Amino acid sequence: MTAIDPTAHLSAEQIEELGRELDAIRDEVIADRGEKDAAYIRKVISAQRKLEMASRGVLLFSIFPPAWLIGTAGLSVAKIMDNMEIGHNVLHGQWDWMRDPKIHSTTWEWDHVSPSDQWKHSHNELHHTYTNVIGKDNDLGYGIMRVDEDQKWHPFHLGQPLWNFLNACFFEYGIAAYDLELGKNLSKRRRRNPEFRARARAVGRKIRKQVLKDYVIHPLLSGPSFPTTLAATFTANLVRNIWSHSVIMCGHFPEGVKVFERRSIEGETRGQWYLRQMMGSANISGSRAMHFMTGNLSHQIEHHLFPDLPSNRYAEVAVKVRALFEKYELEYVTGPLPKQVFSAWHKVFRLSLPNRKQPAAGTPQRERELVAV
Amino acid sequence: MVTTPLLPSDYLDLVSPLRAGADLRGRIEAVHPETGDCATVVIRPGRGWRGHTAGQYVRIGVDVDGRRLWRSYSITSPTNRRDGRVTITVKAIPGGKVSNHLVRRAAPGTLIQLDQPAGDFVLPPTKPAKVLYLTAGSGITPVMGMLRDAEFDDAVMVHCAPQPHDVIFRDELHGLVADGKLRLTEVHTGTDGRLDIARLDELVPDWAERETWACGPAGLLDAAEERWSEHGVRERLHTERFRPAVAVVVGDGSGGGEVTFSATGRTVEADGATPLLDVGEEAGVLMPSGCRMGVCFGCVTPLKAGAVRDLRTGEITEAEPGVLIQTCVSAAAGACDIER
Repeated sequence: MTAIDPTAHLSAEQIEELGRELDAIRDEVIADRGEKDAAYIRKVISAQRKLEMASRGVLLFSIFPPAWLIGTAGLSVAKIMDNMEIGHNVLHGQWDWMRDPKIHSTTWEWDHVSPSDQWKHSHNELHHTYTNVIGKDNDLGYGIMRVDEDQKWHPFHLGQPLWNFLNACFFEYGIAAYDLELGKNLSKRRRRNPEFRARARAVGRKIRKQVLKDYVIHPLLSGPSFPTTLAATFTANLVRNIWSHSVIMCGHFPEGVKVFERRSIEGETRGQWYLRQMMGSANISGSRAMHFMTGNLSHQIEHHLFPDLPSNRYAEVAVKVRALFEKYELEYVTGPLPKQVFSAWHKVFRLSLPNRKQPAAGTPQRERELVAV
Repeated sequence: MVTTPLLPSDYLDLVSPLRAGADLRGRIEAVHPETGDCATVVIRPGRGWRGHTAGQYVRIGVDVDGRRLWRSYSITSPTNRRDGRVTITVKAIPGGKVSNHLVRRAAPGTLIQLDQPAGDFVLPPTKPAKVLYLTAGSGITPVMGMLRDAEFDDAVMVHCAPQPHDVIFRDELHGLVADGKLRLTEVHTGTDGRLDIARLDELVPDWAERETWACGPAGLLDAAEERWSEHGVRERLHTERFRPAVAVVVGDGSGGGEVTFSATGRTVEADGATPLLDVGEEAGVLMPSGCRMGVCFGCVTPLKAGAVRDLRTGEITEAEPGVLIQTCVSAAAGACDIER
């Protein structure tokens, strides 16, 4: 925790009481999960599949510009739905309670180059457990960026606006590399590890299938529309990548989000864990359509508190969670997408340079200094 | 390749869930009430349905409150039904999630999951000369499948139900009696008390000569098995049990532990009395299930680590490579790891 710990006004007892209140919110939704929720996810999955088929059908005639536009837009939306509202949430086990083997975290595979089981490990187990803990949560800058003053600066970080832009464009590959922990595993000794090699082969197979579908088979089926369909699938993947990258940056990078020191989570209680999730996440405000297209990660705070509640329930949960933020006098970080994206990018640029020695007045981020816990 | 990461069937399922080659499903076409708490469900099975033998049951997976639950029900339709539909007849049992849903809430048009029919409580290929059906309550359902399927020269039925209006298929049974195809004795347990198996001597004097199919509560079947054994004609008695043969829960129910479902990556606390099948289902794990009473082995699952207790016998099974347990009649005996 930092010197200007925004939770310093809470007593240990209050933190545990907060935890109990959050548990109650969770229990209420779990007791109420049922037919309507099941119908919701089935409807979304069915709509996604129909949209994808229709868009790919239209793209068979992508040589005609209106068909290209409609098909590309439809396919982009379909891919975003697949990754965000469906894939991410199914893989979190949000729908496991239905016990439908076709919609279950252990059987689901998504339109993404990272195989779902590898993503589940790095995302569900590491990121969600160690959210925003420096040195433990690799989502903090994905190992290529510095997103907090407390992370050590290296000349490599000078290029991070460029790294971040490239990561946005090829986000699914970035995630696959990240799930493989390439940075760590490419060292000479680890490269030969059979477990790593098996995982790398699985990623290779997944990439091959995805590339074949989007960049070979679909364009070939389009006949004379080959080049335009190729451009369309590439564009749809690009749109999906930039969109999901933006949404995800908004979850933990905007100004106001807190990071935590490794030692601060030793012996963490349930209440403290909840509190870390509350302080370490940020929401995106907007319309229902916006929430849907972000896979309800616009309710990032609620998602981090209750990663396995069905995504369609986050909106109603958010009202209660926000009331708790007010009750306990905590800052609920939220804002419209452009503002949050700007804020996150601003941080990426700012922290590409080393910390200034003298903190400027009025910018609390720079006043931070680590305190031993 | 075209549909990766999905399969073509994922798309075909959107338009044609009952086609050949699809996972076996059925569509509920109608629900007809039989008695106050019992209804017949008419199901159009998918193209992959292989057909049943009279007396068999089918496992069905129904979404109740959004959760998929599997249960077994006897098939009550004849094997040669023209329209290819099959029926099951369901009695709503108190607290029964699936039975109450099917009897009171299921709507025509609903898709359900099916397994191929199973069970060896069936008629033999060659018709026996004299048969006896000994049934109680919803135990009549597999027998009704048999009565509708074949005619017998000499068929006798002894059926127990609390009151006359509780007798499922009563009109149809009386129709068979009127046509001289069946001799029927109704035992109304609400007024007459439970059937004493010794009364068979009086109701059906030649019972020991008859090929007998018995289905009903455990008490009745246990008594029948004993009686038939005493007379040395045990091989003429065929039984079908709907409920566990031995009262579930041995001991005081203590000795539970932490149960890990390693394939799903979930860990939950369980007591020593709750079947692991229920524990897993509650935790959202994809548990295979069947009869839920230790008979059909539809739920067997590898035990990776730890120990479990058989709720019928109290026997402890410890993890070893290749050890399979029946999750529906096993509870945690300390920490254990179930491979699901």
